[in-house]
Amino acid sequence: MLDFIWLIPLIPLAGVLINGFFGRRMPLKVVGVIACATVLAAFLLSVGAVVQLAGSEPNADGLRIHEVGELDWIPLDAVSVPWEFSLDPLGSVLLLVVTGVGFLIHVYSIGYMAHEKDYARFFTYLNLFMGMMLTLVLAGNMMVMFVGWEGVGLCSYLLIGFYYDKPFDTRTGLTCADAGRKAFITNRIGDFAFLIGVLYLAINFGTLTFSEISEKVTHAGPGSHALLVGVGILLFLGACGKSAQIPLYVWLPDAMAGPTPVSALIHAATMVTAGVYMVARMSALYAQAPEAMAVIAAVGALTAIFAAIMGTAATDIKKVLAYSTVSQLGYMFAALGVGAYVAGIFHLMTHAFFKALLFLGAGSVIHGMNGEQDITKMGGLRKKMPRTYWTFLVATLAIAGIPGLAGFFSKDEILWGAWSSGNKMVWLTLAAAAGVTAFYMFRLVYLTFWGRFRGGDEAESHVHESNNLMTVPLMILAGLAIVGGWVGFPNSFLKDAPFIHSFHHWLAPAIADSHGGGHGAEASHSAGVEFGLMALAVGIALCGIFLALQIYKSSSLPQKIADTLGPVYKLVRNLFWVDELYNLVVLRPFYAVCRGFRWVDIHVVDGLVNGTRNATLGLSYISNLHDRVVVDGLVNLTGWTTTLFHRMLGRVQTGMIQTYLSVMLLGVFILIAYYTLAG
Amino acid sequence: MLTVSHVMILSLVLFGIGVFGVLTRRNILIVLMSLELILNAANLNFVAFSWAHPGIQGQVFALFVICVAAGEVAVGLAILITLFRNRNSVNIDEFHLMKG
Amino acid sequence: MNPFGDQLLNVITFVPLAGALVLLLLPKEKNELVARLATAFAGLGVLVSLPLWFAWQSAPTDGHGFRFVFETGWIPSIGARYIVGVDGISMLLVLLTTIMGFIAILSSWTAIQTRVKGFYVFMLILQTGMLGVFVSLDLFLFYIFWEVMLVPMYFIIGIWGGKRKLYAAIKFFLYTLFGSVLMLLGIIALYFYHQKVAGIFTFDIRYLQAMGTWAGWFDLQCWIWLAFFLGFAIKVPMFPFHTWLPDAHVEAPTAGSVILAAVLLKMGTYGFVRFSLPMMPEATKHYLPWALTLCVIGIIYGAMVAMVQKDWKKLVAYSSVSHLGFCMIGIFALTADGITGGVLQMLNHGLATGALFLIVGLVYERRHTREISEYGGLWKVMPLFAVLFMIMMLSSIGMPGIPGNGFIGEFTILMGVFALPQKFWAVLAATGIVLGAAYMLWLYQRTMFGELSNEKNKSLKDLNFRETATLVPLVLLSFWIGLYPKPFFNILAEPVHKLVAQVEQTWQYPEEVSVLTEDNVLVRLEDLKETAPEEGNEVH
Repeated sequence: MLDFIWLIPLIPLAGVLINGFFGRRMPLKVVGVIACATVLAAFLLSVGAVVQLAGSEPNADGLRIHEVGELDWIPLDAVSVPWEFSLDPLGSVLLLVVTGVGFLIHVYSIGYMAHEKDYARFFTYLNLFMGMMLTLVLAGNMMVMFVGWEGVGLCSYLLIGFYYDKPFDTRTGLTCADAGRKAFITNRIGDFAFLIGVLYLAINFGTLTFSEISEKVTHAGPGSHALLVGVGILLFLGACGKSAQIPLYVWLPDAMAGPTPVSALIHAATMVTAGVYMVARMSALYAQAPEAMAVIAAVGALTAIFAAIMGTAATDIKKVLAYSTVSQLGYMFAALGVGAYVAGIFHLMTHAFFKALLFLGAGSVIHGMNGEQDITKMGGLRKKMPRTYWTFLVATLAIAGIPGLAGFFSKDEILWGAWSSGNKMVWLTLAAAAGVTAFYMFRLVYLTFWGRFRGGDEAESHVHESNNLMTVPLMILAGLAIVGGWVGFPNSFLKDAPFIHSFHHWLAPAIADSHGGGHGAEASHSAGVEFGLMALAVGIALCGIFLALQIYKSSSLPQKIADTLGPVYKLVRNLFWVDELYNLVVLRPFYAVCRGFRWVDIHVVDGLVNGTRNATLGLSYISNLHDRVVVDGLVNLTGWTTTLFHRMLGRVQTGMIQTYLSVMLLGVFILIAYYTLAG
Repeated sequence: MLTVSHVMILSLVLFGIGVFGVLTRRNILIVLMSLELILNAANLNFVAFSWAHPGIQGQVFALFVICVAAGEVAVGLAILITLFRNRNSVNIDEFHLMKG
Repeated sequence: MNPFGDQLLNVITFVPLAGALVLLLLPKEKNELVARLATAFAGLGVLVSLPLWFAWQSAPTDGHGFRFVFETGWIPSIGARYIVGVDGISMLLVLLTTIMGFIAILSSWTAIQTRVKGFYVFMLILQTGMLGVFVSLDLFLFYIFWEVMLVPMYFIIGIWGGKRKLYAAIKFFLYTLFGSVLMLLGIIALYFYHQKVAGIFTFDIRYLQAMGTWAGWFDLQCWIWLAFFLGFAIKVPMFPFHTWLPDAHVEAPTAGSVILAAVLLKMGTYGFVRFSLPMMPEATKHYLPWALTLCVIGIIYGAMVAMVQKDWKKLVAYSSVSHLGFCMIGIFALTADGITGGVLQMLNHGLATGALFLIVGLVYERRHTREISEYGGLWKVMPLFAVLFMIMMLSSIGMPGIPGNGFIGEFTILMGVFALPQKFWAVLAATGIVLGAAYMLWLYQRTMFGELSNEKNKSLKDLNFRETATLVPLVLLSFWIGLYPKPFFNILAEPVHKLVAQVEQTWQYPEEVSVLTEDNVLVRLEDLKETAPEEGNEVH
């Protein structure tokens, strides 16, 4: 089965063809079933492949990896790129998350999108996304990965703009289509850097295959250190675009314009983690470029706290979750940056579970509220939507880092990684962000599910729980959000349990770690310190929760706090005016320059051409005048003279043949007479 | 006794009638017929001299002229028909396109 | 595989002309028949060109890398011969020409309603002219085809064009003629210099290419290079010689725009590859920084001007300026990857931009306006059209995988340019990828997305079978090049490597010194021998 891993992305793509060509003529049910079936098939195949991989013999480095790639794709002089797929432990984690969570979200979508007209189009895009995401995950080299990378960007563009004729954000006048385009262009800016990085790699190492790059950068020698740092930062910029990190995070909040299952699948669980995945894939390179890793850690930590703060003021249920996603992605990058790759990927996985669950829960709420997304108009939904509420609460606890749930283990591991790597600033920032996370998540829960309903009686009577197609995936994900973290039980607990740290053992060989193993592998660290830090983090989270509950219990307190904070609140409420800043600093000058160039094109470049034409025309006019008056004058004079003679002689020419004959006869007579008389 | 002079007088008369016809008639058809008279006057002369001074050239030439005349009439009549079709007239006065 | 033997290229070139002659015999009222027959002849043109592809591997080369060569005497007094032949580069362009010509003619069935017969006759003559340019191996013959091609295009724009058709047609004609006349001067200079040194009067490109290996005519080379450069750069068009292009594109009928974008512009780039680079490598290297600068300006400037266009067709026209800048920078990288990418991108640009002009034409035929603001929300009424437009737009902005051909070209070019020691060329060029996405997506959004607010758009019909048939081959070809471009790389490898070797080699004195009998030439050569070594093989 390992030899057929290339089939995994192709199966959903087959679904694209079927639904794309015939979807509009098929019954809705069939469309949904085909879409889900292809993803399920991909999931089963993935499970088979991963099981087989686990049973295979590791290579000399202790790594279980399987590569297939016979077909040449871009055979260049500098580098030859085949269609190459590979599966290793790192890929297998993503593979299972993407197909598993993807399948649940597909099922959920059948229920969620049931009332849409463009049902087939939605599932076509969704399947295309799955195909591209799996290409990205299974890629054996950077170019195949880039196909998936750009492909998921395209699907994201299409799905954000799914309601292409609807406005999205009335405050900024953004439409859904605008939001999609914003996402695509922002990603392209990152991809630009990414591509430059790839070019550097290809030129200097002559290969783009991951395993060979890892091999070559490890033995690159100190001479190429600067190169590797540069490439590392360039690649990370690409990841910034895809995974919504500072400074390119601005598209993700607006990406919420897409249907909610899309937000769950693409903008929370899978696509946005592609950047994390890519950086982890290139761990061998980053191991040689500690400066680049420092940048990643700094950007990640900064994003984590920054986005979390923005999440505290948002009132759109999905936007709160979007900022939360940005923040959690920041966590993952911070983990990668401090060398705790396994922790980062672990968090990627648990985050996929609970964040997908949060989004799907939010979707269920929106569905039940008939499209309302403003949490200030919700409240008290606990009673009306019990299943949604309980699953949502599980996910909230998970993300807040309450012990025993998935988020706790991964978050703790990241924090420990940051602490033990010596980056105390990173640790501090992340710990603070954890508190803010707990705060805004419980604010969300409080405003949505607790208290009393604020949307009016009319709306209240319509609120309903979603059907089983939607709630069953929620429950499955809730289960995963609880147990999903147990595979990464820290060493410090329960040293003898069978599943201890299995995640780490599975993943570690796929990571080239500069710190020699990261969390868990360091036997020397003190369990006491780890316990202390863990308790501290939980304490911070509990503080956040407590604060949120206290503030939002009263109806007037939030407003009062907002008034007290004044400008600070305004700053956060307006998202630090980053969009406006970009608009002012980048977009407006850019358009101004474009218009300037158009002016130059019309008036200068083309003006020269037209000027040449006009000059030629002017000269021609003068020449013409000279020609007519002087040169032609002489000719005409000749003509006039001739005409004069013509006038005189023309009379003779009567045109009557008989006249001519008469004259001729007369002449003959005269001649005869002359010769007769003379002779 | 018929002499060359008699024949020449005949041909002179024919020639005169022909010239008169060509110069005075307004109908192209008659002009053409008059032309035939002139040619035949010349033919008569050829034949007469050939008869008076034994030799074949004169008669050969007369035959040749007949041929040419036939051709000329054919072309002339064709032109005439075309003219008539275009102008609906055979009056020679109306055709003075060559007037300077 | 090849039923025509060594006559293959003659058949390919003159089938359209034969079609034009047959059309001339038809009565001019029978518009339908004329259109169908013209399409049939263009289709026949595609069919007869297929042996090029399928018999390629088995065809013998003539020792200079050219295949299917046919040679015969023509004008002995000046040494001009009738020689046709193709190498990998021109073979792909010939195929592109026949296919795009067929599609352009197929797309005109309903678009052209006046003087139908004349239109198709001109289209077919144009087709012969373009094919002739790509297959000629004699510079004189090349020049004749090069000029012949202008005339039908002039009429196509001037008769069937839009509101300012006369302005556009005359501008197109004069501008390109200006360039080609200078090129003619260059050709003549080459011709006489070749005679002076090698002793024979010939226009045979295969012999003239040997001049690239000669040392010691650097000054003359520079002048000739500039003359050729102007001729080709106007045709490409490179900044700042591009302003005829938007006018010509906007005013030309759809078929004219398609041909203009897909094939005519490729003649300039082809000219650089076939003449400037191999015949005048020293001068090419001398002017390289300037040429690269113009390319980069073209890429960025073209994209930025495209960004703010209000006219759909003009936007696509400026995108051509940007994309052709990409082709040219690949070629001027003078590396195998760069040139391969440049040639490949010519094909991709032909497919993608040809398709985009078809797409504009399809809506123009329905609504008779090119103002972008008149459209919006078309996806609702024309979903098939929207999907095809999406795919070709993605091709144009270099999306890998879907359909991916633009990406293959761009990546190959960037790879080639990146091999230069100055990395900034590639970085600057790569900004075109971001800008390209920006203007194309915006165009797409303004036309296809948004509300269907304009009443006139609500009744638009989706594509019919014939219209779909014009676009689908382009989509399929794009996917082919995007997903499995290896056959194309294989075909291009041989001529490109030969070309690079030609450019990179050390220059030597011509061997035929013995044939030089005139004193002045001998003296001149001796002069050269003393001064030449300083002008060694300095790369970049």
